[in-house]
Amino acid sequence: MENKPCARRFGDIVQAIGNTPLVELKSLSPKEGVRIWAKMESFNPTGSVKDRVARALIEHAEENNLIKPGQTILEPTSGNTGIALAMIAKRKGYKLKVVMPDNVTQERTQLLQMYGAEIVYSPGDQGSNGAVAMAVEMAAADPSVYMPYQYGNPANPLAHYNGTAKEILQDLDGEVDAFVAGLGTGGTLMGNARRFKEELGDRVKIVAAEPMQGEPVQGLRSLDDGFIPEIIDLTLLDRKIFVTNRDAVIWTRKLLDEEGMFVGVSSGAIASIAVRIANEMDSGNVVFIVCDDGWKYLSSGVYTLPVDEVENLDSTVWW
Amino acid sequence: MAKIRIPPVIRPSVGGEREVVASGATVGEVLNALAGDYPEVKTQLFADDGELNRYVNVYLNDEDVRVLDGLDTAVSDSDSLQILPAMAGGSR
Repeated sequence: MENKPCARRFGDIVQAIGNTPLVELKSLSPKEGVRIWAKMESFNPTGSVKDRVARALIEHAEENNLIKPGQTILEPTSGNTGIALAMIAKRKGYKLKVVMPDNVTQERTQLLQMYGAEIVYSPGDQGSNGAVAMAVEMAAADPSVYMPYQYGNPANPLAHYNGTAKEILQDLDGEVDAFVAGLGTGGTLMGNARRFKEELGDRVKIVAAEPMQGEPVQGLRSLDDGFIPEIIDLTLLDRKIFVTNRDAVIWTRKLLDEEGMFVGVSSGAIASIAVRIANEMDSGNVVFIVCDDGWKYLSSGVYTLPVDEVENLDSTVWW
Repeated sequence: MAKIRIPPVIRPSVGGEREVVASGATVGEVLNALAGDYPEVKTQLFADDGELNRYVNVYLNDEDVRVLDGLDTAVSDSDSLQILPAMAGGSR
């Protein structure tokens, strides 16, 4: 049972991160010969792929003597990285302060508070760009904090290069033809893409699904307020496709209704692109990332209301 | 004529329109036609070297043209282009 999910024992919750299940989507696979697989990162201890990243960021800082016990870690996040950092920081004896847009779901705030993190809110209409800008300013003004900065820290993609990608290759005996993940910091896409391209060459297509931020979230004063994470290398991508919040919610419901998967809204968006790519193939394996579980979105009504009755669909940061 | 959807940050430069049309056989031709109609847009969309401004993403229907053939990506009359500012997004 070595390396099989939920079948090992661990001395600590942080050690239980990773080795997540790979689950086939039989109902949503559009044709025989093309198999769609969900990498269930929602099975991580805090319910998201960001457990891997948070652990890697903190271990990188510890190995390089960048943080001391009791020191405050500061990080911009739309939620999942913050929640994962908060859990690990609490286990390891660090303080955590996160900068987060004020238009995320209330569960994110509750989870962060539950793990003892301090929250500073950034203007929601600036999306995550606003959180990044505010955190960078705060870190510059206070040398006592340590900012891992997931948008520019190579430890972020390395968590996937050394973890997620290896597990997928192992579970599919190296037979990966397309990989679809969400584009946020770029860590998931870059880390997995590097490993897959190195091992499989051009056989594997790397596809980014990205949120089409609703207009209420595009609150930039000018294009100079735009933001591209430093770790992103577009040459590793074969396709980059946006998904509207409406389609993301529709597909989140499809995963629930047709596959029994209770996952977050970004995973619905990513699944929609995985099925589209599968439709374009004749045979092979399509793998997509389920970033997080659905618990953090329950209050929004995305699982129970008709999509047109979901409040603030375009002004919420869902990803 | 391809449809071009304009994000809020650029709308003041196109008379407040949410959507405009312009002709051209490639993304570059369509965007240059747009810049011809609305000169203020030119410096917003293009860098000095004539390539897309770093913080401008242009999508052919829903696919980022930078990952296709860039400004040389072919456009037909039934296509729509979406201009979007580069925003941090995803499951962070």
